[in-house]
Amino acid sequence: MKKSISSLVSSKGRYPWPAEQFIWDNNCRINLANYLTDRKEKIGIIAKGCDSRNIVTHIVENKIKREQIHIIGVPCNGMIDKTKISSLFDREITGYSETGDTITIKTISDEKNIHKNEVLNSNCTTCTHRNPVIYDELVADLVEEQIIEDPFPDVRRIEEMTADEKWNHFEELLKNCIRCYACRNACPLCYCPTCFVDESGPQWVGKGQDTTDVRTFHYLRAYHCAGRCTDCGACVEACPMDINVRDFTRKLNKDSLEIYGWEAGLDETKRPPLDVYSPEDPNDFIKYAGHGIL
Amino acid sequence: MGIEKERLHFSWISSAEATKFVDVVKEVTRIVETVGPNHKLVKKISA
Ligand code: SF4
Ligand code: SF4
Ligand code: SF4
Repeated sequence: MKKSISSLVSSKGRYPWPAEQFIWDNNCRINLANYLTDRKEKIGIIAKGCDSRNIVTHIVENKIKREQIHIIGVPCNGMIDKTKISSLFDREITGYSETGDTITIKTISDEKNIHKNEVLNSNCTTCTHRNPVIYDELVADLVEEQIIEDPFPDVRRIEEMTADEKWNHFEELLKNCIRCYACRNACPLCYCPTCFVDESGPQWVGKGQDTTDVRTFHYLRAYHCAGRCTDCGACVEACPMDINVRDFTRKLNKDSLEIYGWEAGLDETKRPPLDVYSPEDPNDFIKYAGHGIL
Repeated sequence: MGIEKERLHFSWISSAEATKFVDVVKEVTRIVETVGPNHKLVKKISA
């Protein structure tokens, strides 16, 4: 028996029947770990590879306890990119269905079958942790992990730019940002009770559309995610302006991997590298070390 | 992010290392001057 959403929302009790309404398809891009923050009750959660890494990060950061959650793991072979799909059509999309890896899209005048790999989300194309890293049960057999020789071609392209080219790249990237903060709100890592952009005493950053303020928001948010980001893509998914904010976090993911051999959310017993001190931490960015070096 | 690397310097200087501090500041200033005034990430607040 189907019940209306309003009866679902207003009901105080919890029943198993709404679970029958759950749909899982190639569009389940958002990251449900975002809903675990500081919850006290026992929760069941469905998690793809990336989501499970954010759950691990939440556990490490004391945002939820392992024993509070029952994780239904989904071995994943990627989600699809809604922007790539809509760019294939001139008209508004009026119908969507999928059978296995074939996606069927309808517009008022057209119908096309597309293989999902042609329209994969860009974070999924380089994902090497498609299987959940922790789970209590699995809904399907584990999938084969991708071996990616060059996981950061996009970051390298930016690294190779001159300072001015980089500046222009980010200027262009953010030119349509309306500071709606949907990227931040969709990200499981951004759980600060008061985000620095909302703080008013002191006010760390202006609240308008000044490009310096817009950049400051994005740079600082990215740094707050350093060594914690799982490249789940929820931030990009949430952005109404189709801004690839992962251009910021991916550089930090690359650095975390190259400098600390670290990928976020793989181990419940380890804290992110910027959270811990080790005598082995590289410090070659310290110039003028020792005396008389100048 | 587009800020010239000449503008970013890190060093450890103890409070007992006054001479080192002076030397580092001089060196940093010399290097920053090679790239000229910064116009990036500057917010213009009109009066
Ligand atoms: S990043 Fe990996 S686990 Fe996450 S949706 Fe993509 S393929 Fe799945
Ligand atoms: S910054 Fe984006 S990609 Fe990284 S964890 Fe947050 S939502 Fe996911
Ligand atoms: S979701 Fe998009 S438009 Fe909104 S603040 Fe983030 S980048 Fe800007």
